[in-house]
Amino acid sequence: MSVDLKTVKRVAHLARLAVSEADAVRMQGELNAILGFVEQLDEVDIAGVEPMTSVTPMAMKKRIDAVTDGGIADRIVANAPATMVNFFLVPKVVE
Amino acid sequence: MTDLTRLTIAEARDALAKKAFSALELTDAYLAAIDAANAKFNAYVAVTPDRARAMAKASDARFAAGKSGALEGIPLGIKDLYATEGVHTQACSHVLDGFKPPYESTVTANLWADGAVMLGKLNMDEFAMGSSNETSYYGPVVSPWRANGSNAQLVPGGSSGGSAAAVSAFLCAGATATDTGGSIRQPAAFTGTVGIKPTYGRCSRWGIVAFASSLDQAGPIARDVRDAAILLKSMASTDAKDTTSVDLAVPDYEAAVGKSVKGMTIGIPREYRVDGMPDEIEALWKQGIDWLKAAGATIVDISLPHTKYALPAYYIVAPAEASSNLARYDGVRYGLRVPGKDIVEMYENSRAAGFGREVKRRILIGTYVLSAGYYDAYYVKAQKVRTLIKRDFELAFAAGVDAILTPATPSAAFGIADEDMANDPVKMYLNDIFTVTVNMAGLPGMAVPAGLDGRGLPLGLQLIGRPFGEEALFTLASVIEQAAGRFAPEKWW
Repeated sequence: MSVDLKTVKRVAHLARLAVSEADAVRMQGELNAILGFVEQLDEVDIAGVEPMTSVTPMAMKKRIDAVTDGGIADRIVANAPATMVNFFLVPKVVE
Repeated sequence: MTDLTRLTIAEARDALAKKAFSALELTDAYLAAIDAANAKFNAYVAVTPDRARAMAKASDARFAAGKSGALEGIPLGIKDLYATEGVHTQACSHVLDGFKPPYESTVTANLWADGAVMLGKLNMDEFAMGSSNETSYYGPVVSPWRANGSNAQLVPGGSSGGSAAAVSAFLCAGATATDTGGSIRQPAAFTGTVGIKPTYGRCSRWGIVAFASSLDQAGPIARDVRDAAILLKSMASTDAKDTTSVDLAVPDYEAAVGKSVKGMTIGIPREYRVDGMPDEIEALWKQGIDWLKAAGATIVDISLPHTKYALPAYYIVAPAEASSNLARYDGVRYGLRVPGKDIVEMYENSRAAGFGREVKRRILIGTYVLSAGYYDAYYVKAQKVRTLIKRDFELAFAAGVDAILTPATPSAAFGIADEDMANDPVKMYLNDIFTVTVNMAGLPGMAVPAGLDGRGLPLGLQLIGRPFGEEALFTLASVIEQAAGRFAPEKWW
């Protein structure tokens, strides 16, 4: 399976990556090289095989449903590029 | 006085306990070494001398009070993937520009609780994606190793290239590292150091920047097998903050070093004899087999038939998980923000400017294989193949194999800016051909130096264990270490 330029641009947008025309062309070649490499998986007989969901056979641990942390809004926004009174600031979303 | 930076952790620990020197003197020796040589290696991306001295002084106070911990006063380097409170934590990416976490990772918190001293943050491939440390936003790391009669700069491997270089160049007593497809074991093999990726679930992943969550594990890189055991004992724990952390007491790994291997059965997988493998690697493997046999282990040939499919399956699973994990870098909550005409353009511009080429490549692959219409053809199929890879190992262990011996890498270290690797991503990926199976199956794997190639560069062997069979690996690795000796680069810096 190989991808065309239009698909590369669509996937880049899905991944929220701005790409130039030149980037997209280069990425198309790289993507196709990797997709070509993984094609060998088609040789494997996977009939009746369960896909792995957990590498160690254990039930996921559950925490007790309790508030154990909080009241640290100032620390949560401390690394944000733009904030106002403990809110993250972003460009206008709704017109 | 002898050069304190040449001491192993075990030696420094014993000397500190006898008050042969102070923790502050030991830390100062490392800080001086970093000051003198880091510019040549680019191993540290941030040095924290004030914090290091304050921690060392606190260690001296605990020694004086008779309350010293297992790693009291031992100066360590920390891979930039670990969150360290108030200190540079960027996974060596521009997208995390200026990020200083207000929290500490569980693994580093464990180390500090045992008295260790932080020297600074170590260079790595961006988001741990790479096998040469050349994808770092901060530039490549130079290996302290050089081929005989050559000045050419070599890579220390990756992604934990800063960790491996700093340990082998005596710029820290030991280092933390992480391994998603070979990122502890390949750099350890390239630098003549010891690296262990423990069983998935043994070390908490909390506070470690996520790459591929079902594959990532923390582990140490150290100068010898005993030091790796000492470090892993402190790093490992059960952690309520990581739901994949296992409820199992941490054994005394150091006690396993030097034990007899009589009665142990070692599997030699025929599928690891790959086309084009250099004769030197083949000879090294044979040598390793002979050492273990001479020490009383039983050697059996085994088959792991799905080995060749591990790397292609990995290059679906790991990018898929990465594309999901890295969705959080959007220029809103932390790191780099590049403005755009609206919020979507701001996301796209921030991510385009913040991520390097290899990271973007993997995000795209991951997004593609998870996208509508391709999920079953790629991701589900890869997870089925992963089940088969794990089953291969389970059958070998069920047949009585205690551990498996393989080469660690298909070659010795290559040059920085190697053209073949730069032009073909798949060629770079092949570095992990012997290590990636272990992550896919969640098993413990260890690289131990076993010799030098014809050009004087280190080569390593890999030991693969049963789930939570780390102690057997330390026992077996110490046999190889005893036979092979230890390897340090000739000082040119």
